[in-house]
Order: sequence, then C-alpha cells, then structure tokens
Amino acid sequence: MTISPTALPRNPGLPLDLDWVARAQANRSAIERRATTLPGRRSVKKDHQAAWLCKAISLIDLTTLAGDDTPARVRRLCAKARQPVSPDLLETLGMQGLTTGAVCVYHDMVPTAVEALKGTGIPVAAVSTGFPAGLSPFHLRIAEIGESVAAGAEEIDIVISRRHVLTGNWQALYDEMREMRAACGEAHVKAILATGELGTLRNVAKASLVCMMAGADFIKTSTGKESVNATLPVTLTMIRAIRDYHAATGLYVGYKPAGGISKAKDALVYLSMIKDELGDRWLQPDLFRFGASSLLGDIERQLEHHVTGSYSASWRHAMS
Amino acid sequence: MTIKEIFETMDYGPAPESDKEAMAWLADRGDFGLFIGGNWTEPGTLFDTVNPATGDTLARVTQATSDDIAAAVKAARDAQPGWARDHGRRARVLYALARLLQKHARMFAVLESLDSGKPIRESRDIDVPLAQRHFYHHAGYAQLMPTEMPDRAPLGVCGQVIPWNFPLLMLAWKIAPALAMGNTVVLKPAEWTPLTAMLFAQICGEAGVPPGVVNIVTGDGEVGEMIVGAKVDKIAFTGSTAVGRRIREATAGTGKALSLELGGKGPYIVFEDADIDSAVEGLVDAIWFNGGQVCCAGSRLLVQDGIAEVFHAKLRARMAQLRIGDPLDKCIDVGAIVHPEQLAHVRALVEANTDGTIFQTEAPEGCYYPPTLISDLDPASPLMQQEIFGPVLVSTTFRTPEEAVEIANNSRYGLAASVWSEDVNLALDVAPKLEAGIVWVNGTNMMDAAAPFGGIRESGFGREGGWEGLGGYTRAATRHSSPAAITPQEGTGTGDGIDRTSKLYIGGKQARPDGGYSRAVHGPEGALLGHASLANRKDLRNAVEAMNAARGWGGSSGHLRAQILYFIAENLSARAHEFASRLKDLTGKDGTEEVAAAVDRLFSAAAWADKYDGQVKGVPVRGVALAMKAPVGKIGILCPDAAPLLGLVSLMAPAIAMGNRVTLVASEAYPLVATDFFQVLDTSDVPGGVVNILTGAHADLAEPMARHLDLDAVWGLSGHAQLIEAASAQNLKRTWVGPFDPQVDTTKDLLAHATEVKTIWVPYGA
Repeated sequence: MTISPTALPRNPGLPLDLDWVARAQANRSAIERRATTLPGRRSVKKDHQAAWLCKAISLIDLTTLAGDDTPARVRRLCAKARQPVSPDLLETLGMQGLTTGAVCVYHDMVPTAVEALKGTGIPVAAVSTGFPAGLSPFHLRIAEIGESVAAGAEEIDIVISRRHVLTGNWQALYDEMREMRAACGEAHVKAILATGELGTLRNVAKASLVCMMAGADFIKTSTGKESVNATLPVTLTMIRAIRDYHAATGLYVGYKPAGGISKAKDALVYLSMIKDELGDRWLQPDLFRFGASSLLGDIERQLEHHVTGSYSASWRHAMS
Repeated sequence: MTIKEIFETMDYGPAPESDKEAMAWLADRGDFGLFIGGNWTEPGTLFDTVNPATGDTLARVTQATSDDIAAAVKAARDAQPGWARDHGRRARVLYALARLLQKHARMFAVLESLDSGKPIRESRDIDVPLAQRHFYHHAGYAQLMPTEMPDRAPLGVCGQVIPWNFPLLMLAWKIAPALAMGNTVVLKPAEWTPLTAMLFAQICGEAGVPPGVVNIVTGDGEVGEMIVGAKVDKIAFTGSTAVGRRIREATAGTGKALSLELGGKGPYIVFEDADIDSAVEGLVDAIWFNGGQVCCAGSRLLVQDGIAEVFHAKLRARMAQLRIGDPLDKCIDVGAIVHPEQLAHVRALVEANTDGTIFQTEAPEGCYYPPTLISDLDPASPLMQQEIFGPVLVSTTFRTPEEAVEIANNSRYGLAASVWSEDVNLALDVAPKLEAGIVWVNGTNMMDAAAPFGGIRESGFGREGGWEGLGGYTRAATRHSSPAAITPQEGTGTGDGIDRTSKLYIGGKQARPDGGYSRAVHGPEGALLGHASLANRKDLRNAVEAMNAARGWGGSSGHLRAQILYFIAENLSARAHEFASRLKDLTGKDGTEEVAAAVDRLFSAAAWADKYDGQVKGVPVRGVALAMKAPVGKIGILCPDAAPLLGLVSLMAPAIAMGNRVTLVASEAYPLVATDFFQVLDTSDVPGGVVNILTGAHADLAEPMARHLDLDAVWGLSGHAQLIEAASAQNLKRTWVGPFDPQVDTTKDLLAHATEVKTIWVPYGA
C-alpha cells in the first residue's frame, strides 16, 4: 500500500479563540514520562529501520545558519541535499532518487540555493523576520519575508515574538503571525516558537494553538540558537496541539523539530512519536521536517552498516 | 517487503528480543527441584510451566510435598538466629543480590516475559529495575536496623506466597524486607510463573546468602496451604481476595503475623481541567500495563461530565494505536494473558456484561485479549464493582468533586487511585479523601522501594516498601504478655443504697440495652456493687451507627484532639479518688496508681495527637511521595480485665488521638469503672459517637464485632483471638489481638495500629 501524499489545502487559520487557548493544559511530569518511555516502547529493526532512516532523510531541512556561510558553502550543502547518500548505497537499498526535504538558509543565501537546486524539486527555506531573536523593527521583518519570497524561497521560517507569549498577549501574537502569513503569499510559513525561551510547556501549547489559528502551515520548535532546542516533551506538546487543531477543524498543520537532533536513533524516536500521536499522514515532507545539519551524517553511517554489516566511518561519506 | 515499500507504509515491523540465552539456561538446568537449605533437591513430581504466548513448555518444576515444606521451614528456622545476628552481613548480602540482579538483568527480563507473557519492555524497564531497586534500598535498612530500629526484632521464619503478575518483583518485595530485618523465608512463586524465582535461587548462592536463609519451593495452591499451615511466624501473601480470606481463616488464632496484598478496582478520576492527552496516555499505563493483570490497575475510569465525550473519543483513538502481540517484541504494548484460564475468566466476565457500550481493538489468535473499554456504566453495573484483572477498562461520569469521591469510594476495595487535575487545590483536596492505600496525582502505577504500598478494605492489610513496610517483618524487641482474663465475681450480697443499673454509652448518650438484660456486679467479697447492662449485637449495631454519625472526627485537627484528650485527663484526675475507690471496690486493690497511670496515658496520647507525622519519601521522580498517617476509621475494642480503667484508657486514647472513632467493650469482670467513665467523657467535650462504651459478655460480642461489615478494625485484648481473626476474614478488617499489657505504656506502638499509611504521589513540574 502506498500512501501518496495528495496535496492538502493550506491552513487558512481561524479567528482567535481565546477560550480554547485558555483551556490548553500541559502536565510536564506526565508529558516527560511519555517522552522518556517512548524509546523503550518503540523499536524498528533491520529493513524497517533502513526504510525509516531513508524516510528521515526525506524529511530533513538540511540547514546551514552560520555567520560564515558563503555561496560555495551553500552550494556544497545543496549538492548534499540532492545526493544525501552515496549512489551505490541508495542503489543497494533500492532508494534511488532520495533527496532531503528542503535546504534551509539565511536570506542572503537564498538565490545561491535556488540556483543550486534548480530542477530538483527541492524547495529552499529561508529563516526570516530578524532570525533568531525576532527583535528587529516589525516593518523590516515583514519586508524581509517579501524579499526572501521574491528571491525564490518557497518556505519561510519566521520567528515569533517570545515576549507576546511571556506576557500572555495572545492577540498580539495572533496579529503578528497573521501579518507574517500574509506577507508569505504562496510560500509556506513555518512559525518558530523558540520553545526553549517560552518558560513552560503550557505556554508552548498555547503559542502553538495561537500560531495555528493565525494560519501557520508548520509550527517549529526552535531556531537552533536557544540553549534548549527540540526535545521530545516539547514535541509531544506541540503535536498534541496540532492533533487538537486537526480534530476541531479538519485542517493539517505540519511540525518541525529543529536543533539538537543529531543521531539516527533520535530521529527514529521522533518518527515513532509522530506516527503514534499524529498518524502516518504526518510522516510526509509536507507535514513533517527535521531541522538538522549533522543528523544526515549519522544516518548515512547507519545505512552503510545496514548494507554492509560493518560499522561505518564518517569520512566514507561525502560531506556537505 | 522492500525498503522502498516500507518507506511508503512506515510500518514498524518485527523487533524481537532474543530468547537464546534464556532457553539455553533452561535447557542446561533441565527439570527443577526445590531450593532448600542452599541446595537443590532432586526433581520430584513435575509439572510444566508454559509460555502463554506460544503454548510451548518452557521447563518442568517440582510439586513440593509436605515433607519438602517441613524441610524448608526447618532449614529456615535453623538459619534464622545466625542470620539475625549480623546486620552488616545482611546489608552486604542484599547489596550483592541487587548487583547480581543487575548483572543478569536481561536474562531475568527475558525469562519473565517468556513465563508470564508480559511485554519485554515492561520486564526490562520496570519489573527488573524495580526489583533491583528493592534490594538496594533494603540493604540500607539492614545496615540501619540496629541504630534506627533498636526496639524491633525479627519475626523469625516467614512463609511467602506470591502471584503470577509480577513474579520477580513480588519476590523482591517479599524477600528483601524479610531478609533485611533478620528473618529467613520459605517462598512459593506462583504455579504459572516459577522461572525467575528459580534463577533467583541460583544467584542466592553467588550472593553469599547463607544456606536456609532463602528457601524457594514450587507447586500449586496446595503447596501454598502447606506453607500457611507450617510452623512459621508470618505469612505474607499477595494474590486474590478469595485466597486472602482463606489464609486469614487458616491462620486465625495461631499467632502468626499476616500481611495480605489483595485485589483492587482502582478509580481513575479525570477532572475537566486535567491535561486530557496526558490523562488518556496515563490510562495506557494504568489498565493496559501488564494487560491489566495488576492489582493496583486504574480499572475504573471516572470522567467529569463536561469532558466525557472528548475524553472517550481520544481514548478510543489511543487504544487503536496500541500494539498487541508477541511479548518478546520490543515494539509491543500489550502481551499475552498469563494463562488460558485467566483468559477464559476475563472473557466470561466481559461476555456476561450487558450494560454500557463496548469498544475493543484487535488481538491476535491465542492467549491474547484485546484492549477493551466499556463506557456508560453506572456504579450499579457489576463490572464497576468486580475486579476483572485483564485489559478491560470500565467508565462512568461524575458531576462534582464530591460525587467523584463518592463514586470512587463506592467499592469493597481500597488499593490505589489516580486523580487528574491541573488545579493543585482540587487534586490535593480529593487525594486524601479517596479510600485507598495509594493515590497518584496526575500519574499512575508509580512504585518505588521507598514508598509504602498496600491497601485498605478488602484490598488487604500491611504495607510493603519504606520504613513503614518493615513493621510487617519485625516485632517489639521486648515481648509483653497479655494478662489473663478474669472471671466475673459471683456473690450473694445485696446493695445498700438506691439501685444503680448502668446503661450503655452510645452516641454521647446513655442508652438502655436492646435486650433489656443486665448482670449483677459483685465485689471481691461478694458485695453487690450494682448492675451492668448486657449489650447484644443490636447495641453494637447502634454504636457503629453512632460512630458513622461522628465521621467528622477523622477530619478534625490533631491539636483539637489533643485538647480533648487533655480535658479528659483533667476531668479524670479531678475525680481520681472516686475512681480509685471504685477500683478498690471492684478488684479489692487500691486504684490510686491505676488512675494516675490512666491520666498519664491520656497525656501520652494527647502528646502524640499532633506529632505522629507522616513522611516525605525520597522517590526517584521529580515530585514527592507523601506517606500520610490516616486514621483506620471505626475500631471495635474488647478491653482487658487486668487494670480495667487503665486498659480501657490506654487503648481508647491513642485510637481517638489518631482520629478514629471507637466502640469499647468494657472489661467483663469489672464493667462499672467504665460506666463511671461515661460522665468523664460527657464533661470533656468528646463529640457524641467518637467514644462508645458497651458492657456485656465478650464472647457474645466478639463475633458480631469481627463480622460487622462496617467496622474497619477490631482489637481483641480479652482473648477470643481465634474467633475474631477467623470471623474477620469476611471483610478483611484489620485485627489486633495483642499481646497487650496495660501496665506498660505502649502508646507509640498503638498509634501504628490506629493508623493506615496512605501514600500520595505528587509528581510536579511547571
């Protein structure tokens, strides 16, 4: 059976429902228990593991967000996105044509990336709106979105104003998100909540709901620049919000954990959490992405081990 | 399937844990004998132990004979004095057992899943680590016993009979505290699941357990009965309520200590402000943990009306995600039912049900039962009351916190309960009101060696874990013997004043006895001192009703109870001469010292009333486990004859100090000092019904008292131990039959009899 990810309608958002936001609960201890025990409850082995790891690759937003990024560096990254695993391994696995989900860069690197990925179907995502702190003048943040879209970015990863969450100003968060969504036009918008800076899981749950009501296509954990980035408890909180939103509206919102996921094993745990809590439909690139830079390297080594039976070395795989 | 196909479907696929090592060990060991005196006996009459997931025989074990049990008890008896002598050695041996459990963790886990059908995830991540933790923790108690428990001594030889749902973990819960406190044991694992106990017996040798300290015998219920009947000092049993009752009857009057961990029908209460997703997920661990074959399972779901629909919808969606199948698969949530008999039992209960709405997921062919939800039940539905002991959740709804508590407590059982709410006021208000030995706030099935575990009502008595659990494996180091009962004085004298016929004291009022009979009370020289009423079972019934009406006493503050006890002391002291002379008339002995001692006991109990504190336990979660001291409830007390005033006061005072209500049956020989005491109570602000006093024949009152289904405990200190203990089996009330010497101030020990430990787990996190 093949699940063909038919194109889903975008999330148009809803009027802000403050009662719903007020009702949101997140019991940290219970959520942590679920997160801590999940790796012991779910296990994928052998061919299934290889298939799941290939799936993980197809869901990666291969990312570089460094101050020293150059066009050459970004072209290298794009080359890796096109050919994430060596052709001979992919052929053995029967997974020819596998690519990452997207490439994610700063605005200035968008044209380079778009050029490097031309004809591959791999979208370019741009972090935007004064990433990572989101504290530049609001009109500039909106303008930045427009410029990235004009430069060819198909996905815009915006950062929310954490202060709106921390002060409980849900209306302000909603308005900001609405305006950013509008600025994106046809480009899909991922709302980065910077969960490591929101204080509590309950805030994460509420912020997730507000951003979805304001029309986010994806909600995303982190910029990768906070001291705490994606975690399983945060993931559980956010995907449960997505599930509730779906149950209430029938709409699909995607999820992107970012930062700190660097091991193949971690990726498998994330995928089982998504599978069990949200369902298989969310295991497609239009609804799930890993924001990661070093994860791919570990997956490549695991895949080589799967094929050869020998533990692999990182230098055997092309760098990005 | 090709990788490309799996890439599309994203199925889990098989993830089997290897059984190679465990099967090799079983093959190597061959048929099992019994582990007695540090050696394996030759295999005797053998029976199969079967893997419920496959139906394959795993091994053959020996059905123990009565000679085997005698030999095991003798080995334990011989080894006990030496074992009790050296606490440091005990600590090191328990530590070694913990280490060995850790070293052989995988083997234990695989063996456990093979033999019981529970998922490898559970045996690997829960059962085996908790068993290790129990031995580590109890190594510490062994080390600390001389300094921290100087007035306690081991009981001697403990007979232990454990169930099939947590074979290794229950073994650990039984053996670790017994050994730590200097006892030796004869343990019988369940007939269906003996294998981890066999492996444990093997590591006992490696750990340096001296021969005879741990004896492990196998067999069916008959072997259990043999252990119960053997010359042991204690029986510790975990299993069904029906068997628990039989053990209570069989041990009645034998002087054997007894602890029973029995069934349950745990309420799982979800308030509308709960984190609903987490509460739904909690149910997975509450009722589908070990296929619901868990005495403390959250098996009765109570959901607040406003969220009931959405909660049940989410629950059904979650159930659909549960994976049922091969217990050795690392990706399985619910394994096999332990035995086809148990499967048939669960199936029959569900099929007999005609109420509510049933929702079931799929289960494989074989010894499996699908996760099941039966919703829209009423408290009157049989399945809301009966323990199913399978993966079957029943549910109903409630309107208010008060109603939730009422429905939750509408049960014969009282083992464990869960409360889900994000409102700390609500959760912490409801938790102590639940009639259960364990309450989890926003959680379920949390267990730890440091946290007392055990039930009330028909879930049994005794605690396992923590300092509190050690009481079940020790006795007072100084043994006091109960003074003998005294035969009432006969006489022919006649009174010389106005006739005085004392009444009964019920609900704060003097009441004529229902039967309308009384008995003449004579002094030692035969003089007629007055008449005392003869209470019958209806008077007892009235006293229990009066105690029910006084239920507010349990919620009063320790400070208030202390004030009232001091006031009783003050009023008794003011009339010391009168009481002393009454004692002289009754017993022929000067009563001055006895009255003074009674006043002193009242002071002791008053002193403790607000100081017998619970503990906060160091459990390995972010949160606290509070071991609270809750009153037992309503206690019937048959007072001794020796020191008739002091005996009565010494028993009454600690009981009411802890918030219990009591019905005292005064000394049969010397009732009039108790009837004089009515006025002291009347003038001391004791709320009506908190203390009730009957006079009459203990032999007539002991049995109705022990059989009364609405009395929580009976203290029988005037003999009749066998009668009381046997009759108590019906509702499994707590009984205490001494020894008790009124001349010795044992107030602190009495406080333990007067309280139940209630463990409330409060995990937290912003």
